[in-house]
Amino acid sequence: MPPAASAPRKKSKSRTAATAESMAAMQREISVSEFFAKNRHLLGFDNPRKAVLTTVKEAVDNALDACEEAGILPTIAVTMLQTDETRFKLTIQDNGPGIVRKQIENIFGKLLYGSKFHRMKMSRGQQGIGISAAGMYGLMTTGKPVKIVSKTGKRKPSHEVVLKIDTSKNRAEVVSDTEHPEDDKFFADGHGTIVTIELEGKYQKGRQSIDEYLEQTAIANPHAEISWTSPTNETVVFPRAMNELPAEAKEIKPHPKGIELGTLIQMLERTEPTSVSSFLQNEFSRVGQRKASELVKLADKKTSTTITPRTRISTMGHAEAEALYKAIQETSIMAPPTDCLVPIGSRALLAGLLKEVQAEFFAASTRPPAVYRGNPFQMEVAIAYGGNLAREDTARILRFANRVPLLYQQSACSSFKAVLETGWKNYGLSQPKGSLPTGPLVVMVHMASVWVPFTSESKEAIADYDEIRKELRLALQECGRKLGTYLRRRQKMKKEAERRSVFERYIGEISTACHNITGTDARQLYVALQKIATRKTEEADQKLDQDGKVVGKQDALEKDDDVIILHDRSTAGDEGSDSLFDEDMPARKLPRRGSKAAKRTVKKKSTRKKTSRKS
Amino acid sequence: MAKKKAKSTTRKKKTTAKRGPVSKKRDAQTVAAIEALADSVAKDGLKGRDPSMDIPLRTVSNMNWNKRKRILEMGDATQTRELFNVGQARKFMQSLLLAKGCKDLIKAEKTLSLRGMYYMSLHTIEGTKEKTFNDQSESDTVLEDLEVGLGGLREELHVFAKKRGTMVGNITIVDNGDEINCRRMGTGGYAIPSICEPSVMQFKECDAKFVLHVEKDTVWSRFNEDRFWEKHNCILTEGSGQPPRGVRRLLHRLNKELGLPVYCLLDCDPWGHYIYSVIKQGSINLAFESERMAIPDAKFMGIRAEDYDRCDLSADVRIALNDRDVTRARQIADYPWFKDKRPWQKEIKKLLTNGFKMEVESLITKDISYVTETYVPERLKAKDFLD
Repeated sequence: MPPAASAPRKKSKSRTAATAESMAAMQREISVSEFFAKNRHLLGFDNPRKAVLTTVKEAVDNALDACEEAGILPTIAVTMLQTDETRFKLTIQDNGPGIVRKQIENIFGKLLYGSKFHRMKMSRGQQGIGISAAGMYGLMTTGKPVKIVSKTGKRKPSHEVVLKIDTSKNRAEVVSDTEHPEDDKFFADGHGTIVTIELEGKYQKGRQSIDEYLEQTAIANPHAEISWTSPTNETVVFPRAMNELPAEAKEIKPHPKGIELGTLIQMLERTEPTSVSSFLQNEFSRVGQRKASELVKLADKKTSTTITPRTRISTMGHAEAEALYKAIQETSIMAPPTDCLVPIGSRALLAGLLKEVQAEFFAASTRPPAVYRGNPFQMEVAIAYGGNLAREDTARILRFANRVPLLYQQSACSSFKAVLETGWKNYGLSQPKGSLPTGPLVVMVHMASVWVPFTSESKEAIADYDEIRKELRLALQECGRKLGTYLRRRQKMKKEAERRSVFERYIGEISTACHNITGTDARQLYVALQKIATRKTEEADQKLDQDGKVVGKQDALEKDDDVIILHDRSTAGDEGSDSLFDEDMPARKLPRRGSKAAKRTVKKKSTRKKTSRKS
Repeated sequence: MAKKKAKSTTRKKKTTAKRGPVSKKRDAQTVAAIEALADSVAKDGLKGRDPSMDIPLRTVSNMNWNKRKRILEMGDATQTRELFNVGQARKFMQSLLLAKGCKDLIKAEKTLSLRGMYYMSLHTIEGTKEKTFNDQSESDTVLEDLEVGLGGLREELHVFAKKRGTMVGNITIVDNGDEINCRRMGTGGYAIPSICEPSVMQFKECDAKFVLHVEKDTVWSRFNEDRFWEKHNCILTEGSGQPPRGVRRLLHRLNKELGLPVYCLLDCDPWGHYIYSVIKQGSINLAFESERMAIPDAKFMGIRAEDYDRCDLSADVRIALNDRDVTRARQIADYPWFKDKRPWQKEIKKLLTNGFKMEVESLITKDISYVTETYVPERLKAKDFLD
């Protein structure tokens, strides 16, 4: 804006007008690093506690990605050492493939550098900001550089590189570079990376802590072994629950429907000079020769110039690109391939939850892949109920995106909204209007996608697309139905158990009364009545299916591969009963033993009780 | 008034040194019934069958109006109480406990009140924190079931209720061997016991020509103070509202054994009408005893809905009918024993069109002794009763 010469100048002596020239002197490029150094909250470094968590998160995510890509079962160790009141030294070691010496500076010293941004492949990291931003944060708050030790193979030496990030140039500055001989003892597997970052931070347990993050990471990655040593020098090991790596995710090309006009123009500018037809076929998924000519034909109608499949893309201007973009929107194109998605899978989900959550009932549901804005994605939901979970609390939601736990901004997340709008009352839980259900419930939600739509760079909440919400809802409902069936059945068994205890309670009184009136042998009558009571309530020991029909040894619910029920954690009869049988609720334990054993136990009990009556 | 010792319907029994409230014969029968009950439970149990007991239903649906006898009778419907039914197990146990208690009472030739009975069977069930009875009302209802189930009266189970009701008049009775002259009862009157069976109470001598039954104590005191029974040669009773079974049994015996007509002086409201209905036809709860309780010949003397105009009462005595009263009145009008009696239909209709109730005490607004000196004598003279 030119200085307003015509504007009346008042007596503002202090004010000196800037000229275009003086302003130009001030105008210069802003490096990405500088931008994020100032806006570190965008990357999840808004407060000391969160900064520590984000650092661990970025390092662990990278480690897991690298291990999986290299086909190695991940073993990760996280150590947090307190060096000063507010200073911590974080060390993250993995057994991944290591990093070649040449790339260390780029990966750890440059923001927006990485392998993951440009490809359409499902992975934890997306932008290539994370770990270098963490190093930058450490440098800014403590002045200490980042130390990386990496070894790429048994026969190769390991490199120890100490790096500083030059924020103004978005480039790394090597402080020291040591080469260790190949027989060093840092890496048991012969390869791996150790990252050490010293930073200003805060350590606190509880919600949104490193402990929680690692625990949830262990749930979503049952193939990884993670050990964690906290500043208080406690070590927790989250063991490996599965010895198979998840299938490798395939890289895909973008789907035409997921492309915006600007992106399309950029792509047209960047690709090798070729024809429109081959551009479409090479750069996009689901476009073959026929589909390409169909698109070109339609685009041709939308512009004054002629476009044929053989038109060179170098001749295409803005108008042509827009015509092509419109044509894409109006043509139906096959949904993107979904083999690029690797869901955790019901089995692994259950294995992960089972390992870390002390519940009695587990159910999982994996939805078929779906598409939002041309990006394939897949939703998975698992729930855990009962057991040692707190009864009065509201349900806990564990959110994951590409196996990474999301700990912040729960209420902004699409998954949270989907849990809210699910009618949990139908499944036997209480749910105050407009809030989460209450009860001993953990809901785990996982979104697998080549591009997870986060609401911000710090990757904390999944954006609320209709397609995503719908898939979530369906998965939640499927799990909910299974829970409902289980709860109804449990209620029924509990009632039966109560029934039996009611009878058994009065049998003693009745036999004594009969004895006093007619002189019948009280003991004999007691045993006889007890027998009838057992016979009458034998149904309590039986399994009932959804319709209340008695079935064989296993019922539909237990046959379901996506459901796990742990009877020994069941709390069916615990609530406020003052019956005789508190110490051993027959109804909830007997079903597993089979009816013969059940009868024997009851008999034994009756004689025991009898003797106590006599004494 | 001089004592008339002469001819009287002496039904006095020879008294033995020690007697229970019930004859030996009845006692034996009751014990047999209790034993049969316990025996069937034991037999069922030992044979692996579900023990159960049949108890006649005491509901409106199981009531029959016996037109010939003009009393309410219990129907044949029974409910089966089972041990192995969650809802009934506790009551089943309680029934047996009370049955045992009754047998012990009969053997000991003693009686207990309902409350005493509750305490007798009250204990904590072994191994639990549960009591056999939570409160007396629980044991009362089970006991009522038991008496119907055993086909015996509560009195025959040696259990009595709290005393209620008063009597005074030209009669001498023997109560448990003590001769009681009801002419000399002072202001308090003779408290009618809960058990009025012939084995306990005998009528020794009676000059009275009728029985006047009033609803409550206040009115009764008025009559007693004015020595109404002496002037009109009658027996004066009171039942403190709905008369307890002792009073009803006594009225029944006075009517059946001594042939005395029974006149009722009750409030002019659905409640008063219902009391009359119970005295006359029997109650739903005790329908199985109607034969020994109901007085089909009892007459309703007042006060009547028309008395407001007839006696020229002040508007102050009116108590507005509420919705429940109206519903109740319509129900009573619909009772089979009132349904085809036009005077009764007229009476209830008049009550409804009046739109207010009146208590017997409202006559006091005319004069303190209006009811004893004017109202009742006039009605008696005119034989102006509702039947």
